[in-house]
Amino acid sequence: MGEMQELSTFWFVTIGAVKVLAVFTVVMVVVAYMTLAERRVSAFIQDRLGPNRVGPFGLLQPIADGLKNIIKEETMPGTAAKFYFVLGPALAIMPAVVTMAVIPFAAPLPTPVGTVDMVVADVPIGILYILALSSLAVYGIVLSGWASNNKYAFLGGLRASAQMISYEVALGLSVIAVLLLVGNVTLTETVWQQQQLGMWFVFPLSLAFIFFLISALAETNRLPFDMPEAESELITGYHTEYSAMKFSMFFIAEYAHVVTASALLATLFFGGWDIPFWTGDDMFRHESGWIKGFDEAGAPIAATPSVLITLLTLGAFCAKTGFFLLLYIWIRWTLPRFRYDQVMHLGWKVMLPGALGYIMLVAGTMLVLEQLEVPFGMLYGGVLTGVSGITTLAFLFFVDRDRVISGAHRKRNVGRRRVPVAREAGGPAASN
Amino acid sequence: MTDVLFILFAVVATGGAIGVVTGRSPVASLLFMVATLASLAGIYVLFEAHFLAAIQVLVYAGAIMVLFLFVIMLLNLGHDYRADLKYGSWTLLSLVVVGLTAGVLVHGLMGTEETGLRAGGAEVAAAIDAAVVEKGAVGVIADPLFTDWVVAFELMGLLLLVAIVAAVVLAKPRDREGGN
Repeated sequence: MGEMQELSTFWFVTIGAVKVLAVFTVVMVVVAYMTLAERRVSAFIQDRLGPNRVGPFGLLQPIADGLKNIIKEETMPGTAAKFYFVLGPALAIMPAVVTMAVIPFAAPLPTPVGTVDMVVADVPIGILYILALSSLAVYGIVLSGWASNNKYAFLGGLRASAQMISYEVALGLSVIAVLLLVGNVTLTETVWQQQQLGMWFVFPLSLAFIFFLISALAETNRLPFDMPEAESELITGYHTEYSAMKFSMFFIAEYAHVVTASALLATLFFGGWDIPFWTGDDMFRHESGWIKGFDEAGAPIAATPSVLITLLTLGAFCAKTGFFLLLYIWIRWTLPRFRYDQVMHLGWKVMLPGALGYIMLVAGTMLVLEQLEVPFGMLYGGVLTGVSGITTLAFLFFVDRDRVISGAHRKRNVGRRRVPVAREAGGPAASN
Repeated sequence: MTDVLFILFAVVATGGAIGVVTGRSPVASLLFMVATLASLAGIYVLFEAHFLAAIQVLVYAGAIMVLFLFVIMLLNLGHDYRADLKYGSWTLLSLVVVGLTAGVLVHGLMGTEETGLRAGGAEVAAAIDAAVVEKGAVGVIADPLFTDWVVAFELMGLLLLVAIVAAVVLAKPRDREGGN
């Protein structure tokens, strides 16, 4: 019971290779069907049918699209910097497909040769690995924008670099709140601590979740943050000059980023593969073997990995990730695009100070709770939930006062509040 | 296996470093530099310094070099920079510096277990391994940084703040309408 049977080197390598192949294949298939889902869901939102001709419900559409992109003619602009022009898409797709490696997708699976962790690589730096690699994603976009030797593409590339640097800061700061609560940076431990707390981090860290969701949207360059490829202003931005499979690679990279961001949202704030209201699936690698928690005296309680639990938790993880994939599509076809100055304003003047202040608040609350010797559990999470809830409401109230995000509300409010329109967008600072 | 990877990363890092100074365009130099930084991160991973590797990629390759790229593109540097390059005495000076640095490194590495750079290496490695198990990959660095070296750390922060303030003052346009 709970005895840890380590894999031999041979099986470790073999199973590792299988996991790499499996995760890569699944991500690619999900990406392919995300493109179909996007078109079908957007059609549903706009009261249309969407692509439904190829195969039942249009399910073979991604295959047809892929085939078309592979056999299409590749164009090479005459004035482009050729080497960098070809390098761009490769650099864009690389970070997008490797970040899934550290995300745990199910409870450990018992096999005859030993218990297998359901994560490709449980590296000790976990979240930092994802942040580091996703920070490299900008090279592909900026380089292809520059190498195209096209003013629209170039502007798109510049916008992308400015936007991704800006929101990386807010993204990192919102993750710090999670790290404070977990006490480590590995994602397996993030899942484990959420099981121990008895609630998902979305409740005690609600504001961090909102910041993370917004920054993740901005990092993936999706609407309402798709400044780098704003069609009405820049044709299609950095990939204006790309055709056929090279264009497709940007597409795959974008959707792979969306899949990773969804999986990360599920892991950091929605318990990862944890099944809610059931402690039977709690499992963590401890010195003494697999444990599900500690008893009153602090002694570890053994857990038994089983195939059924692995399958159930895999289902839970897929359901949560799928929800966020749907949310991404939903947001894209609901919200209008920001103006560029609004994006920068939101990033630097709202999200950055907001996230910094929130870290101080969470750290302060945790300090008080630890001084009062409140055990890490329901009460601990409840107090944090209360504090965060009030802060989140205050933040939403502040943001929605028609100053930061005006958009569709402006017309209605101008008459009521009698604020000069010119001053509204950026405030006094932007007017000189 | 580790040796093969080390040689691979070392070759890329060295080749990238040479490429930085001989690159034909600023963008090429920058990409060579990114390759060097990424290879160094790979070497850190081989040394089991995972946190250092992540920070190397995150901060240097992912943030600072992107800013460099941003500036190069914003100024749109083409091939007309060659006149700015200084040859002659500067080449000689750089060769001298490179030679001296290489000499110091070779001297240190050639030393025995007692006197060279590797003196006491085994004990240090064992101590680090024990600390990683106890505090986690980040704790090993964070713990001394925020206890033993907190004053130096805060001073560094202050220095950076001063630099930022200076940059803002330099970048601020002169007041034309007075006030603001």
